[in-house]
Amino acid sequence: MIIASNVSKQFGKLKALDNVSATCVRGECIALIGPNGSGKTTLIKSILGMVVPNSGFITFNGKNILHDWLYREHIGYMPQIGKYPENMTIRQVFTMMKDIRQITNPEKLDEELICSFGLDKLLDKRMRTLSGGTRQKVSATLAFLFKPDVLILDEPTAGLDPIASEILKEKIIREKQKGKLILITSHILSDLDDLITQVIYMQDGQLIFHKSLIALKTDTGETKLSKAIASVMLKS
Amino acid sequence: MNKIIKYVIVDILRNKIVLAYTLFLLVISGSVFNLDDNSSKGLLSLLNLVLIIVPLVSIIFSTIYIYNSSEFIELLVSQPLKRKKIWISLFFGLSGSLSLAVLAGVGIPILFYAPTITGIVMITMAVLLTIIFVSIAMLAAVLTRDKAKGIGVAILLWLYFSLLFDGLALFILFQFQDYPMEKAMVVMSGLNPIDLGRILILLKMDISALMGYSGAIFRDSFGTSTGFVIALLIMLLWVFIPNWLSLRKFSRKDL
Repeated sequence: MIIASNVSKQFGKLKALDNVSATCVRGECIALIGPNGSGKTTLIKSILGMVVPNSGFITFNGKNILHDWLYREHIGYMPQIGKYPENMTIRQVFTMMKDIRQITNPEKLDEELICSFGLDKLLDKRMRTLSGGTRQKVSATLAFLFKPDVLILDEPTAGLDPIASEILKEKIIREKQKGKLILITSHILSDLDDLITQVIYMQDGQLIFHKSLIALKTDTGETKLSKAIASVMLKS
Repeated sequence: MNKIIKYVIVDILRNKIVLAYTLFLLVISGSVFNLDDNSSKGLLSLLNLVLIIVPLVSIIFSTIYIYNSSEFIELLVSQPLKRKKIWISLFFGLSGSLSLAVLAGVGIPILFYAPTITGIVMITMAVLLTIIFVSIAMLAAVLTRDKAKGIGVAILLWLYFSLLFDGLALFILFQFQDYPMEKAMVVMSGLNPIDLGRILILLKMDISALMGYSGAIFRDSFGTSTGFVIALLIMLLWVFIPNWLSLRKFSRKDL
């Protein structure tokens, strides 16, 4: 569904992405793992077209994304740090997004998270008064709102309280069962254990390996993802 | 696209600066016309307001607005929208609301006190200068990532167009005073939209007779209706060229 071929991106002297190639197929739930600054967010932003690679290309459903923008209809994106117009209320942000996507039919919307996160009581609060965790909840709700085929979640559980984090994890599992492609980055590996099917490990902008969770566990002889990744990191 | 323009305009109206700007223009132009019975004197005093304050407010407000809406832009870019559309909507939203402010603040008093050709040319110039400086501000804002630097660049650009350029023109005139410089001066004035606006307004006023020989040359070049149209086209180029450059830059920018 998403194919990246030899994508490279340089910020000044820093090589954020170095010849990264990856194939992501529908129905998979892929974890992007790697140390800080290894290029995970840059890769995600390249897929979304927010960062334009220096070389290489990315295709979405067989179409190059470089001059396309409509493909983003199929992507729900939850950024690492949600940035929203500060003097809009939560309700206005939701209405604006629905308005921009021109979706009014409530059947095409998934507003489940608004209630389960308790955002329905905060709808008239301005974005600048929200705490970091509440912003994360708004970001998560927006990512799921339009029932996208692909979910890209950048550190989804960072900053969420344990209850909200559980709600989000259950939501991700339910979406996965519907056969959607899900890309997650996270440093909280214990969160990922029961979610993911595949692992992409990145370091210094390079993609070190891309294998299924089962293969990774048998290769390293560990039963927990966190232990498996730790043994990979120690080796390299 | 209309939807984004709508959100931009609502957002601009919500912060009260544009409203205050309109009131400020209204008060100044109202008092200028009431100070003297002679409305053409009032127009002459308004000339400086139009040529100095309008570009200054347009360029600084637009630069700050673009930087402050970086979150909004980032949010829109991750949605199924064309980047060019987002940028052009921002341009229309900004230039639309600032032009409305100018039309209300300067246009209404002029139409009320001095509804002459000169007055109408002055309103046109005020609106054109607003749009030109929004366009230049957006270029300055897209070229520099740092907010303080971007606003500094915007102020410098305003300073250049309203003060430094004239100094430069005078310097060149004195250096080459032994040569015929009239044609070159006409071309040079096209390099500065404020100068072009000033010449076009002055030519419609009686005082253009006071400008001497170069005034006659300007009258020859811009006083005719073809000259006027060409000058207007040059001003439109001042809208489109910075706009096109910033659009190109924005469609490849990393956010």
